Amino acid sequence: MADLLKFTIDGKQLHAKPGTLVIEAARTAGIEIPAFCYYPGLTLQAACRMCLVEVEKMPKLMTACTLPVSEGMVVRTDTPQVHSARKYMLEFLLTNHPLDCPVCDKGGECELQDMTFRYGAGESRFTDEKVHTPEKQFSPVVFYDAPRCILCYRCVRICNEGLGVGALGVINRGVVSEIAPNKGDHLECDECGACIDICPVGALTSGIYRYQTRPWEMNHVGTICTHCSDGCRTTLGTRNGRIVRGNNRDSSGINGEFLCIKGRYAFDFYDHPERLLAPLARVDGKLTEVSWARALETVAGKFQQTLAGGGSFGVVGSNHTTNEEDYYLQKFARQVLRTDHIDHHRTGDLATLLDALSGQADKLATVADLDQRKAILILGADLALEHPLLSFQVRANYRHHAARIYALTPRPVREDKYAVKSLRAGRPEEYFAALESLRDALRSEPEMVAVFDDSVQGEDIGKLVEFAESLGIPVKYICLLDYSNSRGALDMGLAPELLPGYAPAARPGMRLREMLEAELDVLWVVGSNPLKAAGRKAGFLVVQDMFPTETASQADVVLPAAPAYEKDGTVTNVTGEVQRLKRAIEVMGAKPDLEIMGFLAREMGVAAVLGPWVPDAVFEEIRARVRGYGVPAAVIAAGGAAQTTPVNGRIPAEIPRAGEARRAHSAHNGLFASGTLGRYSRVLTSVLEGRLGR
Amino acid sequence: MTFSPQLEARFSKLLNSYPPGRQRAALIPMLMYAQDEIGSVTDELVDEVAGRLGITALQVHEALSYYSMLHRKPMGKYHVQICTNISCLLNDGDKLWEHACKKLGIGHKETTADGRISIEEVECIGACSWAPAIQVNYDFHHFVTPERLDEILDGLKDKP
Amino acid sequence: MLYNEPSPLETRVLSRRFGLPDSASLGTYLATEGYQAFLKAARMKPDEIIEEVKASNLRGRGGAGFPAGMKWSFVPRSSPKPKYIVVNADESEPGTCKDRVLIENDPHQLIEGVLIAGLAVDAHAGYIYVRGEYRYLIEILEKAIAEAYAGGRLGKNIQGTGFDFDLYTHTGAGAYECGEESALLESLEGKRGIPRIRPPFPAVVGAFQRPTVLNNVETYCAVPAIILRGGAAFAALGVPRAGGTKMTCLTGNLNKPGVYELRMGFPVMKMIEEVGGGIRGGRKLKAMIPGGSSCPVLTAAECEGATMDYDSMSARKTMLGSGGVIVMDDQTCMVKAAARIIRFYAHESCGWCIPCREGATWLRKILVRFHAGGGTRADIGLIGDIARNMLGRTFCPLGDAAAMPTISIVEKFQEEFEDHLDGRPCPYEHAEHMVMA
Repeated sequence: MADLLKFTIDGKQLHAKPGTLVIEAARTAGIEIPAFCYYPGLTLQAACRMCLVEVEKMPKLMTACTLPVSEGMVVRTDTPQVHSARKYMLEFLLTNHPLDCPVCDKGGECELQDMTFRYGAGESRFTDEKVHTPEKQFSPVVFYDAPRCILCYRCVRICNEGLGVGALGVINRGVVSEIAPNKGDHLECDECGACIDICPVGALTSGIYRYQTRPWEMNHVGTICTHCSDGCRTTLGTRNGRIVRGNNRDSSGINGEFLCIKGRYAFDFYDHPERLLAPLARVDGKLTEVSWARALETVAGKFQQTLAGGGSFGVVGSNHTTNEEDYYLQKFARQVLRTDHIDHHRTGDLATLLDALSGQADKLATVADLDQRKAILILGADLALEHPLLSFQVRANYRHHAARIYALTPRPVREDKYAVKSLRAGRPEEYFAALESLRDALRSEPEMVAVFDDSVQGEDIGKLVEFAESLGIPVKYICLLDYSNSRGALDMGLAPELLPGYAPAARPGMRLREMLEAELDVLWVVGSNPLKAAGRKAGFLVVQDMFPTETASQADVVLPAAPAYEKDGTVTNVTGEVQRLKRAIEVMGAKPDLEIMGFLAREMGVAAVLGPWVPDAVFEEIRARVRGYGVPAAVIAAGGAAQTTPVNGRIPAEIPRAGEARRAHSAHNGLFASGTLGRYSRVLTSVLEGRLGR
Repeated sequence: MTFSPQLEARFSKLLNSYPPGRQRAALIPMLMYAQDEIGSVTDELVDEVAGRLGITALQVHEALSYYSMLHRKPMGKYHVQICTNISCLLNDGDKLWEHACKKLGIGHKETTADGRISIEEVECIGACSWAPAIQVNYDFHHFVTPERLDEILDGLKDKP
Repeated sequence: MLYNEPSPLETRVLSRRFGLPDSASLGTYLATEGYQAFLKAARMKPDEIIEEVKASNLRGRGGAGFPAGMKWSFVPRSSPKPKYIVVNADESEPGTCKDRVLIENDPHQLIEGVLIAGLAVDAHAGYIYVRGEYRYLIEILEKAIAEAYAGGRLGKNIQGTGFDFDLYTHTGAGAYECGEESALLESLEGKRGIPRIRPPFPAVVGAFQRPTVLNNVETYCAVPAIILRGGAAFAALGVPRAGGTKMTCLTGNLNKPGVYELRMGFPVMKMIEEVGGGIRGGRKLKAMIPGGSSCPVLTAAECEGATMDYDSMSARKTMLGSGGVIVMDDQTCMVKAAARIIRFYAHESCGWCIPCREGATWLRKILVRFHAGGGTRADIGLIGDIARNMLGRTFCPLGDAAAMPTISIVEKFQEEFEDHLDGRPCPYEHAEHMVMA
């Protein structure tokens, strides 16, 4: 190609686009140029001087992290001068860096250790006293050990540039320079821990993980965060059947290096003392621990008895269970229990959006689109708090591609800082007035992604789509949903009016609220807490959950369920991207919901009707049967993400019934809330309490 | 915070000195002039200046902790800065420093009990050709001998 | 005021008004050809001004010696962005106190130089960044600026030329690093004085991310004379590759230390013996640093035949630097001198890059320990090694400034280091006295 520059690194003839940095060009050619401060996507520093290379016709060694390639450039990274520069740079670093590797959390996965091993000197010539300063605790999750800090400024940049928070800075001068938090002696921030993950050494450590284990003693399991609907990949570090760490150590997944506090730390609900680890059944009116056999027998018996007597069933599904569980549950409900009363708590009006887009292709945005499309329109949501990954993507898009952002939100949001237009609006009529005022600006954009939350529903979604499509530019949409598998729940047909793949139900049954108010013979609640503030009306209540929620405490039988981190399966995120969960640990006593349902089916003698309750088998059935889910199995199996293809047909419009104009209700969970799971996460509750206490 | 009318006038002059939207440029001069008036860079001052410039307190802290003339704790009413850098050293500036320490019984960045005099061993203050040199607050004294230093320090004891 | 007697051996161009009654006043300035150069420049084309400055062979007086005219020519004059003139009055190189004298005695000369630079690059605003310690100079400058506004020499339509220019002072707060031009710009913008990655250079992306001419006080002060008398006349005062005079600060063990304006190429020994009145107390010259403490030291033998200009100093592997001459007599302990010098650079290292931050600190620890009698033979080699490992590898020249004097002292005065071995007291002074850490 004509616009590529030709140059050589270590004798290899290479080509790259103008503007490519030598360090990146080398990387693509398999030549490692070491660096601490250089971090792709963040501003350049040239501070650590590890990447010095020889460049022909230049008198001094040059930093490969700031030097763009040029035509005919000759770079050498494998010369005595470069080796010496690296070796002695490490010697400098180690003069004040404590050699406490044996007790340092980072030992074993420390970039300074690795570089010293590869490029450093065997022994130190430093015999004088090191600089000492005591360790500081910046927040419940962030500790800072200044002597270990090599001042690469990655943490400062990820916080400022990546998160848009700017909670970390550099204070003092020279050898006593150190990282400082934004509120004097403590941090007030997203507590996302990105600073800890990005730290190449053990200067920033995690209050959750520190002193728990040595890195090499852990197993690392890549799975999907079970909190919000963004679908971040998190790698759980486990040891002896316990989760000790969450991070995204290989930056894989749709979230790259991003994780928020939930993905990184809020796995701790799994060993909350109130976790249910044995089935409960009413004995003399009191919920009492019983064996699995007895519990299953009780439920199966009740189901069979009710079926035989022509009784009524209601089924409430979850926003957190896997696609396989949801699919199996609706099949169980519709085919075995022969009920049409099935629903879940809806957090966004996705069905109406899909209907409004029917007949059009390629209209649903992915997480990557938020980083790549030229303009982003945000309606309602405070993305940075409610959808931290989406917000991170929008910020990255602004930083790297100068994306133009339009924020129409009821309250000030982080996006205001870099939006071309920020308007305060929260109700549909306010949105449409504001959108009209932006019509010319939006029309001049080459393309756009429109993101909206539950403040746009029903016919307003149609109006929004109509407006956007009238701009004459390509527009993609994201209908925000709350939880890790809110999208999958609807896709799998946990709705009275919709079968899996948005096929119309022949006889739409009761919706969630109706079920709760009806005097059903049996109400079966899987992974949900619909009776949080209400008494039960059903004759018999079966609940599958992890915790003694308000709903579970009213149940006749409670079956202890396993959370996402204890099971396999797939979930579908807010942008319709299907990803695979991988079991990280097993907790005695609890079972995945799929297994519970399978055992119930077996107990009832209907297992053959429902098929095997093995996640892979159910997923195969989903791929074959559910419209849009024909995603490549290999991509999912390898831990990748594949977007479900839009339905692309009319979806039976649900006629809003009286008093139900708004059918979806988002909890608008902030960074430190996550529905029921959040209440049982000590990290999230301690951060919240810390805030209130201050 | 309330400042003297002179300082407020200085602030508004500063804020008008920089291009629109670049008022953060006034940060270091504001801290310097404010410190002259209130004695040190207090937390209250940090917040005040941050507010006026539309930046965070952390951004103020990052900058102020970099500069050696900005103090978080008040120095004496008369801050005696004795240079011991090379040109002064060659002219016994170091002995001058020791002399001051002994005479006042205090050390680097310490203040006499009555709060009147503090001393600081400073880096080059730009009086190299007239060494050894000291500064009392912003006033230079050149070719300072131990005897002359005594006179200067004694004079500070009851200087208004 | 002047703090030392002038010398008859001076060539007084920049300092020609020094000693006149009320030399800092607009009245005195106007009575002595003041603001005539501006009027002349206003009638010239910008390129002609730059050509004249190029012809003068004026090289940057802050220490780096970059040709001033060339620097000005890098400014994209046709850029629609505002452009700025920034004066580096952050004089902080140990041994240097000349800008102070120039501002104190003739502030209008600086203002006029700035105005001419403004004409040359189409800039209409300027900032004088004055080191925090020089507060009294800010008062002098502000008085002069006020006089200039009142007298129609600043502001709108200056002297009817249609040229507008606003000039402001800006105080630093104690940071040597802010003398480095890009760090100065960061500091000017209200941030830590950390240097910027270059390119882009300040001429293109400078103050407030806009094109900027940034020179030392003395450089601007030379400009009125260059415009008035012609670049060639200024060049003729110096040597072939460096024009004019140099404000030279004689410091150290001299009978008549002081700031003197000497022609470029002035013989070093004559400067020490005659201008500086020779070594104090009849002692002998041991060593000399020609241009501020960041320059490699010259031995007495190396001073023979040397002249005060870039080429002669470069031939001796040192630099003309800022003109801060530090003269050391035969009773000077070179270990102590090295320790004191490195202590300064370690203190002033901004901390941004590893080799400077860690290297200077390490050197300081070794040298202070060494001078106190705690040195080992291995340390002698290590000192040079550490300094050489810093050299040319740091983010900005401060690392070199720390390394160069250290290397030169340990190499040229190795025997003095050996004299301190085995806990022996410093042979050059009584042992109870040592450099503080």
